[in-house]
Amino acid sequence: MTDRTGTGAASPAALLELDDVTTIFGHGVNSTWASDHVSLRIEEHPPRIVSVVGESGSGKTTAARALLGLQPPTSGKALWRGKDIYSLSKHELLDFRREVQVVFQDPYGIFNPYYPIDRVFNMTIKKFKLARSKDEASRLIEEALKAVNLRPPDVLGRYPHQLSGGERQRVMLARAYLAKPKVIVADEAISMLDVAVRAVIMNILLDFKEQLGISTIFITHDLSAAYYLGGDIMVMQRGRAVELGPSVSVMDNPKHPYTKLLLESIPSPDPDQRWDNAAIPASELDELGESRRGSRNRCLFAERCPYVRDECWARRPPRYLVGEQEVACVLYAEIPRNDGDLTLQEVASAQGGVTAGVR
Amino acid sequence: MATPPVTAERAPTSGSGSRTAALTRKPNPRVIGNLPLLQIKDLDVHFITGRGTARVVDKANLTIQHNEIVGIAGESGSGKTTLVEAILQIIRFPNRVTHGQVLFSHDGKEQVDLMTIGDRRMRQLRGRHIAYVPQGSMNSLNPVAKIGDQIVDGMLDHGVSEREAKAKVPSLLARVGLDDRVSKLYPHELSGGMKQRVIIAIAIAMEPALIVADEPTTALDVNVQRLILETLLNLRDELNVAIMIVSHDLPVHAQLVERIGIMYAGQIVETGDIRSTVKESLHPYTNGLMRAIPAIGGSRERLEGIGGATPSPLAWPEGCRFHNRCPRVMDICKGVMPILAEVAPGTREIADGTTAEVIPDRLVACHLYPESTPSTASAAERGASMAGIAQGGSR
Repeated sequence: MTDRTGTGAASPAALLELDDVTTIFGHGVNSTWASDHVSLRIEEHPPRIVSVVGESGSGKTTAARALLGLQPPTSGKALWRGKDIYSLSKHELLDFRREVQVVFQDPYGIFNPYYPIDRVFNMTIKKFKLARSKDEASRLIEEALKAVNLRPPDVLGRYPHQLSGGERQRVMLARAYLAKPKVIVADEAISMLDVAVRAVIMNILLDFKEQLGISTIFITHDLSAAYYLGGDIMVMQRGRAVELGPSVSVMDNPKHPYTKLLLESIPSPDPDQRWDNAAIPASELDELGESRRGSRNRCLFAERCPYVRDECWARRPPRYLVGEQEVACVLYAEIPRNDGDLTLQEVASAQGGVTAGVR
Repeated sequence: MATPPVTAERAPTSGSGSRTAALTRKPNPRVIGNLPLLQIKDLDVHFITGRGTARVVDKANLTIQHNEIVGIAGESGSGKTTLVEAILQIIRFPNRVTHGQVLFSHDGKEQVDLMTIGDRRMRQLRGRHIAYVPQGSMNSLNPVAKIGDQIVDGMLDHGVSEREAKAKVPSLLARVGLDDRVSKLYPHELSGGMKQRVIIAIAIAMEPALIVADEPTTALDVNVQRLILETLLNLRDELNVAIMIVSHDLPVHAQLVERIGIMYAGQIVETGDIRSTVKESLHPYTNGLMRAIPAIGGSRERLEGIGGATPSPLAWPEGCRFHNRCPRVMDICKGVMPILAEVAPGTREIADGTTAEVIPDRLVACHLYPESTPSTASAAERGASMAGIAQGGSR
């Protein structure tokens, strides 16, 4: 691919990219900023898992919808191989839809109860013209089911209500596999499943990455799942990306006070590690009112932050590079960046000393 | 009491034991007898369907003491919610309780069988002595009534005067950490965590002896979940209330409960003190659950999960219901159903193949422990009524 990004940068086009995307719902005082200048880059090689985490309402799903071509941004660009996803030709759109697959949260609501499971596979094969004959089609379906550890006779010819939630979610992954995608966007794909089944689904995504080179954008509120999957992480808070970096280092050593709060709140499965002092929240009532009215030209975590300073209220905190992590918090102002937004790829290469000169 | 400075100097990072120490219980002025708060004995709840009888809860046994926090964990479809509905007597046609007793004693002296007391008396008990927080109930607040009025509403039903009830609202809100101003708001003006705390405020209005909360933190963010769990913990200490938490989320139990019951396929397969149950699981199913949880800061080795799928209540497997997914299956498991029985304390081999010191009061239904194997086949079929009596006794 020789396409260049719209900005004319010298770097080759990423497989999938959010370039300074802002999405605003509603108008005036009632407007909600679901994404606030969010940038994210997924390269084709090497395949990666990128987790997007944050509490509900933080803009995780809106970011994913922008990438999927479902939610045109108010400003900024969503790009696929350097092309604007929202102005693709019909032919390109079909290619895009095949390369970028999605698995949603609810494995119960996604199926049409009147048709057997086979239909989701047949529709995919027909839509993307994946097979020339019936034999080839059934061979492909069998291969896809094997990839997600399902036995074809357990699934084919049956109806959605006859399968468990975990089986249905695996069927959705098999459907995605069928299209030979480059990226799977998994939006809370495990949050409605039991723990034992969650592990199975996450292992499939890891296998897809390692054996088939499929990247995953994993939207979740479950930080321990993001830790397990590894790769990179983007922590979102009220529409903004507040911390970016490799999952393991972000979670072993969180920098942004919001990331720290999220991590402290995760219940440990070890009863010997109980929370030993109460979490005292800021007055939620005031915070709710504030979030509706207040200016966004400030740190949006200020009202909850134990380290809050005057300058947090005065302007939007810029992003700072701290080790491999990028943090939008003035506590890290000693190491400023001044050349625009940093991509995850650059963060990763910072490890190799590329950005050392910036410090 | 003599050494407050020690508590003050406690290092903030020392997780181990400190919270547990805070749990030591004050005497409960409400309890005047020795009977446990709740005893579920051999409870069966069956669904009559076109395709046969679904035994959704089958010979469940559980005891809850006064002031105790007990957790019920298990996969979806294991019968957790149905068990709770049976306690509350809100099982609806075509489901029905076919067998068993639910003995309840709010003061430890007078015991009633909720199965036989009838609708009218049950209605008086519900809300008064047993409060129920159903799954997703925070979404069932009346959208066109103010929060304060909704809290008052429940009390009026139990004979509290309107003036008294209204006067009580601010203190109830304060108990769950909400500002008095919330009473003038409508549900859509509150966040999910605030709504859930309103629901808890409604539940504690009559100062019940037992709060049954079904998935109280599911669908809430982690920091909100933490607030809710801490609210519940404080209520237990302040109001001397026992809490039964149903959740599929084992870390929630690890943070909150004292004793846990693990459900699988309609049965309680293991109960015991939370610490030993999750760290030295007796039942291979419990062990499998624990090994499926990713932990931050852990090794990031591949999680194993539990192979296979939850069986259907229309056709539970013969013998032990977990045998077709069990890594330690033996011949006897395929034919004889194990009974829930106390494992004799001492050094024993446990589910993961290691040995551990088993403390008293731990019950399991698994043939790895000879106590669980019924002496005769007919005893296996009957299920053991012994198990329920032995349970939880020494509190």
